[in-house]
Amino acid sequence: MSDSHETKTAAPVQTHDEHPVDFNAYARRCGFIFVGILCAIGLMLWISYLPGHTWALKSALILVVAAFNAFVVAGFLMHLLSEKKMIYTVLGFTVFFVAGLFVLTIYAMHDFPTGTQMH
Amino acid sequence: MEIPYTVEARPDTGIYNAKVGIWLFLASEVMLFGGLFSAYVLLRVGAEPGTWPHGWQNVTLGTINTIVLALSAITTLLAWVACKVGQFGKFKFFHACTLLFALAFAVIHLNEYHEDLTHYEIHLTNGLIADGHMVENNLKEDYVIIEGRTVNDEKLLYDLRSQKVEESEIKIPRSEIKDMESYGPWHNTYMALDFTMTGLHLLHVVAGSVVIGYLWLFGRKMWETDPARFTNRVEVSGLFWHFVDLVWIFLFPVLYLT
Repeated sequence: MSDSHETKTAAPVQTHDEHPVDFNAYARRCGFIFVGILCAIGLMLWISYLPGHTWALKSALILVVAAFNAFVVAGFLMHLLSEKKMIYTVLGFTVFFVAGLFVLTIYAMHDFPTGTQMH
Repeated sequence: MEIPYTVEARPDTGIYNAKVGIWLFLASEVMLFGGLFSAYVLLRVGAEPGTWPHGWQNVTLGTINTIVLALSAITTLLAWVACKVGQFGKFKFFHACTLLFALAFAVIHLNEYHEDLTHYEIHLTNGLIADGHMVENNLKEDYVIIEGRTVNDEKLLYDLRSQKVEESEIKIPRSEIKDMESYGPWHNTYMALDFTMTGLHLLHVVAGSVVIGYLWLFGRKMWETDPARFTNRVEVSGLFWHFVDLVWIFLFPVLYLT
């Protein structure tokens, strides 16, 4: 891993967000995050093979675990837990429109034209 | 002419422009995949009971791919941190790992597509259905050999989780075949959704790999002249890569486990 340039620019790079960065601390944190993700994957697999529960219940539980997994990735790896207001605003609008997309789709399932005969 | 706010934060947004750009792009991507997921929910919930496939995907390969993509997300982040602390060598190492994980993901996924496309459902003239992987499609001798099983009711092919499937080699003369179809996107609604969603995701993996590969191969010049801007580029590409991982986090349980 020797790099001739590495010694030249071994000083931390100055970007706009001047949090002091410690590589080893980050690597340790990443290790914990990875273990968390592995646990979530294991839990999803375990739930999916649980005998004697309805498909709806198992799907709901699996999606809850998946949502936790997504929170870990978005919160820690994408740094969403400590982002600027601008990004939260963009995401707020996105959540609103995606929620609308899902709700309208599910609503449309029960919205039949007048006179539709049900079997 | 110098492009403004490539490194320093824009006063009104509080962040550099590329980061605003990538988050707006990711918002549009959320809508794209959101549409597909809502289509999946609509078709899944609206399906007749007992007609939606269970256990059609290889859970082991799906799990391996989930772990591989999670690892690649970690190495992408570490590549960015390496840039922040001024260690270009570490950046090269971690981004090389990301590219290798991306390649592994793509190879495993293409293998799954191959498995689907060589898996056939064959309707026989006697009313039975043969289902399995094509071993030999002999045009000269006019027969096919599959590694699979024969069932008398198509519904038995849907839920593979609740039954023990015993497979054997079956030779079928072509004269006894009414019709046969592989498990491609044309097979049924589930396979169409599976190919569409995972195919679009795979395209994102390829696109992300191209960007990461470009930074890995040609990044040194910018690193030497403007390391802060280069670091921001790595951050932006990393955000896209984490989004790709996020989509898979939901695709895996939806298509493989539920």
